[in-house]
Amino acid sequence: MDTLQLDQHISQQFNADLEHLKTALLEMGGLVEEQLADVIKAIESGDSSLAEKALIAEDEIDRRELSIDKECLTVLARRQPAASDLRLVMMVSKAIRDLERMGDEASKIARMVIALSEDGTEIRGNSELRHLANSVVKIVRVALDAFAHSDVFEAIKVVKDDKEIDKEYQSTMREMITYMMEDPRQISRVMNVLWMLRSLERIGDHARNVAEQVIYLVRGMDIRRTDLSDVERQLESKS
Amino acid sequence: MSDIPVSTPINPMLGDNMQQATLDDRNNIPNAGHGGHTVIEEATQDKVKATEKNKTVGKPLCDNPKIEVRDVSVFYGEKQAVFGVDLDIAKNEVIAMIGPSGCGKSTFLRCLNRMNDTVDTCRVEGSITLEGQDIYAPKLDVVPLRAKVGMVFQKPNPFPKSIYENVIYGPKIHGLASRRSEMDEIVETSLRKAGLWEEVKDRLHQPGTGLSGGQQQRLCIARTIAVSPEVILMDEPCSALDPIATAKIEELIAELSQNYTIAIVTHSMQQAARVSNRTAYFHLGKLIEVNDTQLVFTNPDHELTEAYITGRFG
Repeated sequence: MDTLQLDQHISQQFNADLEHLKTALLEMGGLVEEQLADVIKAIESGDSSLAEKALIAEDEIDRRELSIDKECLTVLARRQPAASDLRLVMMVSKAIRDLERMGDEASKIARMVIALSEDGTEIRGNSELRHLANSVVKIVRVALDAFAHSDVFEAIKVVKDDKEIDKEYQSTMREMITYMMEDPRQISRVMNVLWMLRSLERIGDHARNVAEQVIYLVRGMDIRRTDLSDVERQLESKS
Repeated sequence: MSDIPVSTPINPMLGDNMQQATLDDRNNIPNAGHGGHTVIEEATQDKVKATEKNKTVGKPLCDNPKIEVRDVSVFYGEKQAVFGVDLDIAKNEVIAMIGPSGCGKSTFLRCLNRMNDTVDTCRVEGSITLEGQDIYAPKLDVVPLRAKVGMVFQKPNPFPKSIYENVIYGPKIHGLASRRSEMDEIVETSLRKAGLWEEVKDRLHQPGTGLSGGQQQRLCIARTIAVSPEVILMDEPCSALDPIATAKIEELIAELSQNYTIAIVTHSMQQAARVSNRTAYFHLGKLIEVNDTQLVFTNPDHELTEAYITGRFG
């Protein structure tokens, strides 16, 4: 069932509850997209007022996370949803966490932009930063679209594109390291760019999480970490 | 200089996610999905849920079944109530039968110990075997069959006798006990297994009808257990009980499943989800889907199952 058929329940209220969860998640996603767009404009223009705006947006995003979380809990308690309804509630409750984290990362970038703009000088790596930022903005949008349309193909695309972003992040990072080696006076500024790149890359990962959740929602399939040896490697790296 | 590996410790930026599997890694896992498809392939297959109404989807059959049902149809006079059901019930499993009212699940359950024989107009076609033995064989005596395949009904129906007599009645008529000490032992073990012993041990000779609804139902379960059945059929055993009594019966089902095979018909989907290993969904007399309970309630194979358990039609 590719469409979620949220209007088909015997209980109209249940229809409304689930519809609202879906809308609320998309609205929260919209806020994150907007915040991210502001942050990126701020990077391009060095305009710290846009960065300030992004910082304010974070508060609203956090509030949304709490209220949607509460709604999920209420639906679980009152309706004991099953099958696709259950998957929707679980998916939403996980996706809001990812969106909230995206908001956090965007705010981190905003703070860097403010710090850099106070510094006043043009920083090396700006073009790389912009390039990665545009890729990340795109997959965030596609992930939310995939959710809105229950489209697994779009979701798969996000997973694939995130892989490309990870590669791009690595090669950009190598470049940044080269800059620092060439001119040690730039280290502290390039470090700031590195942190921004890192945040962008993390936002891409959260977009991928959302996309993976969309696949779970639509198909009931968990594609996260399906490689066992990879799980083992992760366990080792954490121990 | 640029050939410094990115994972050198001087680099604080390397995310732990960088060590996650790439999409290609995931694609290379043999048989990661079902039937040899990779997970990604399967996820993107443009499949919709099964809509087939004349064939059961999922896993209706299993190895070494306790009860084997093949092409069973049930008629009440001219009216057909159950249509060609194939189903295996495994030893020591709890299988839940769910479906809207009139879907044939109770009728089907009652076939398993020939309870439908008592309905004159009822006719059963197809074959049902209990450990390989045809239970509809002409010469088969239904009395020992019903001792082997016991049944608990929707409303607790203790005999208008004492608690003790309720439990020992079956073993007596089946000749399982004659000496007093044997009977005492059967009564105690049965009531213990049914989780009722502590509550009634001081009033065994008071009427069973004087117990609370939940206690009466456990008394009926004790009565069923007393004749050492192999299979216990339960037809909505908790629908007349309060949540606490229901929880006790459900707890009991879990314990009993270690020694008995249990088939339960229930209108409570949460109950089916809680107590059973597999769930069978009936719709208009047809067995639509049988699957592991966890799968049925998170991602059923058939669109009718999905519609029913999510409350999308009545």
